[in-house]
Amino acid sequence: MAHAVDPGHASEAEQTTTGLNHRKLLMWVFLGSDCLFFGALIATYMVYRGQSLNGPYPIDIIDVPVTTISTFVLLCSSFAMVQALAATNANDQRGIKIWLLVVILLGATFIGFQMYEFNAFKNEGLALGTNLFGASFFTLTGFHGAHVTLGIIWLLGLLIISFKGRLGPATALDVELAGLYWHFVDIVWIIIFTLLYLIAGFDVGPGPTPGG
Amino acid sequence: MATIAGVLARPSGYAGVWSWITTVDHKRIGILYGFTAFITFLVAGIEAGVMRMQLAQADSTFIEPDVFNQMFTMHATAMVFMVIMPFSAAFFNLIIPLAIGARDVAFPRLNALSYWVFLFGTLLFHASFLVNQLPDAGWFSYASLTEKPYSANAGLDFWAISLLVLGVSSIAAALNFIVTIINMRAPGLSMMRLPMFTWMTLITSILLVLAFPVITVGLVELTMDRNFGTHFFMPQGGGDPLLWQHLFWVFGHPEVYILILPPMGVVSEVLPPYSRKPLFGYPFIVFSGIVIGIMSWAVWSHHMFTVGLGPVANSVFTITTMLIAVPTGVKIFNWIGTLWGGSIEFSTSMLFALGFVALFIVGGLSGVSHAVSSSDAQQQDTYYIVAHLHYVLFGGSIFGIFAGIYYWGPKFTGRLLGEKLGKLHFWLMFIGMNVTFFPMHFVGMNGMPRRVYTYPADSGFEVFNVISSLGYIILFLSIAVFIFNYLRTMRKEPDAGHDPWDGPGLEWSISSPPPPYNFAEIPQVEGRDQYWIVKQRAEAAGQPLPPAEAHVDLHTIHMPSPSYWPVVIAVGVALLGGGILTHFALSFVGGIIALIGTVGWANEPAAAQESHH
Repeated sequence: MAHAVDPGHASEAEQTTTGLNHRKLLMWVFLGSDCLFFGALIATYMVYRGQSLNGPYPIDIIDVPVTTISTFVLLCSSFAMVQALAATNANDQRGIKIWLLVVILLGATFIGFQMYEFNAFKNEGLALGTNLFGASFFTLTGFHGAHVTLGIIWLLGLLIISFKGRLGPATALDVELAGLYWHFVDIVWIIIFTLLYLIAGFDVGPGPTPGG
Repeated sequence: MATIAGVLARPSGYAGVWSWITTVDHKRIGILYGFTAFITFLVAGIEAGVMRMQLAQADSTFIEPDVFNQMFTMHATAMVFMVIMPFSAAFFNLIIPLAIGARDVAFPRLNALSYWVFLFGTLLFHASFLVNQLPDAGWFSYASLTEKPYSANAGLDFWAISLLVLGVSSIAAALNFIVTIINMRAPGLSMMRLPMFTWMTLITSILLVLAFPVITVGLVELTMDRNFGTHFFMPQGGGDPLLWQHLFWVFGHPEVYILILPPMGVVSEVLPPYSRKPLFGYPFIVFSGIVIGIMSWAVWSHHMFTVGLGPVANSVFTITTMLIAVPTGVKIFNWIGTLWGGSIEFSTSMLFALGFVALFIVGGLSGVSHAVSSSDAQQQDTYYIVAHLHYVLFGGSIFGIFAGIYYWGPKFTGRLLGEKLGKLHFWLMFIGMNVTFFPMHFVGMNGMPRRVYTYPADSGFEVFNVISSLGYIILFLSIAVFIFNYLRTMRKEPDAGHDPWDGPGLEWSISSPPPPYNFAEIPQVEGRDQYWIVKQRAEAAGQPLPPAEAHVDLHTIHMPSPSYWPVVIAVGVALLGGGILTHFALSFVGGIIALIGTVGWANEPAAAQESHH
């Protein structure tokens, strides 16, 4: 327990060659690495676009309006994340808690939509092993959902320590790093939404894809 | 949550098994990496011996065909992911903080986590021996051979899951070293003053963080195909086995440079002190390394010339592959330039470095010969390829690693490895290597396919194979000599002193072995080869050198404290992976353990309040 009273440990002034904090640099490089991870998953999806041997095909089950709502929810969570960081920098203890809670709730709503969507797809006959569309769709969006879930767990941890008064300008980096991760996951979703829903969401079946 | 961290007292102290398990000292982690890699090297070497015994005779029935398949898969996978990569990681850990004048890496606990995850991944991979379900599809495990209908036992699952676990370790280590090298350089140590091994580590680490996610996706998809009914690589479900090849080689070719760039860095640091000259063409070596790093992303399909990608793709990849030989050649000429006119001393590490240059030229040239897609059609999947890859990975990487062991070993043991036995080791290895692998060029060109467990007596392959198998015995002896030399060295009194080779790097300015905090005072760097600058100035002024063991007040130095959490999280990650092989409940437990470990970790300050007193 000795160190629980040490709120400043995370942001101990470090001397670094570039002036960038170690952890911030680590996070940026990690996000670069994660780009390649999602890049390879998205590439798999696009390579297998229109290659499924049997239905259901995207046109049969993709529900663009519903996912537009969940996309909007996720984008709003990024706004709340920005507010949470601003509140941390301003040492607005009440604001930190409220905005972190908003991010978590919006993120959880997004995950709720995803669970509803996965369930609806399953009921309409699309499982992981049904066809290439199912396999690549569930793998890509599932890993994205796992990233969001991990982000929610991370933010929950921050929310808990915020109740101990351990978040503030001195520890703003803790919030900023979670924010970097959260915004990154959002941006990936924008790409996924554009490609899987807006562009490939109307694919009708095997063979050449419309317009491609 | 602080209570979780408070349950067990924070470990402290610097002796006993527990202090090794909880260590966050980069030097100790480096030693752990090195020993683990060496043991795996012996295991994988024995697997090679089994294959050489089988092939020493035509129509041999020494082992079953499927055992042969398992042996080459285990041998190659272990050598790539569990020998050469962790040997490089051992050098990253041992050398980088000393070379850049730092007291530790940027994230000491993350560093410990990398090691423990690596260890458990290696154990998981070799656990396939215990259940006698070994992977058998080669180190690049082409689909659809790897799919459930064609490889029903759990071998390929062991392979995929343990590589996923090892990927976690590699990415964590690479992130750590990128931040360390960019952000923890001593004052005055600009990028263009970095020692060459540090530069190559940086480039390798960047390749690692970008390449491993790609194979991770491939392995995830393979695991899903095998366990969750998808058809990513199965034509029956519309999947395309070629996608696996693309994912694998987009990772796999940067991986080849991940294996060779660190030994190139070692050689670039070993040549100058034994030539009594600074490294020739420093900026050219740096930028050729960067160019190799970038171009390694544009050559992957040269592994796939024979799958029918079409003339355009084959031509493009022929050209890019020939181009990547240019920066590699630049490096070789710079090494020759370093030797040119130098007063060369043939110490053991110098011999290994020279062996590297010679053998790597042979391997590089045979590599250019199959860069041409039309001639590659003749060479693909023959022993010619086996010869090539062993010239670059054994003659290259392993020779570079031994050059590093003889050069830097005394820094960490305080004892000079025996030079006479060392030279015996070198010559046995150099001769054994050529006797084993040179005949493979001929037998490959004559048409002997690789990965085939035997050959008919009238094929004319036998004589070459007998020579190769004899070469293996010589290699085996050379390793025995090394082990004997090492054990003998460790029994004698420390005799190395802090600077046995009149070295140029900062690591030689401190005592051997270095104290836990490395530098009593963070050095100020004025140029490349800083310690040579210091020594030359002292000599010119007729003054004694600053002492290697400066007296310091330990209270003024804050070092990170040991921690259990890295090993706890590593256990969690290993169970998470192991659960996919056995029962998902185990994965769940692993996930919980990893989560607890993460919470404990996050609530633990990097340095305990009462440490190092």
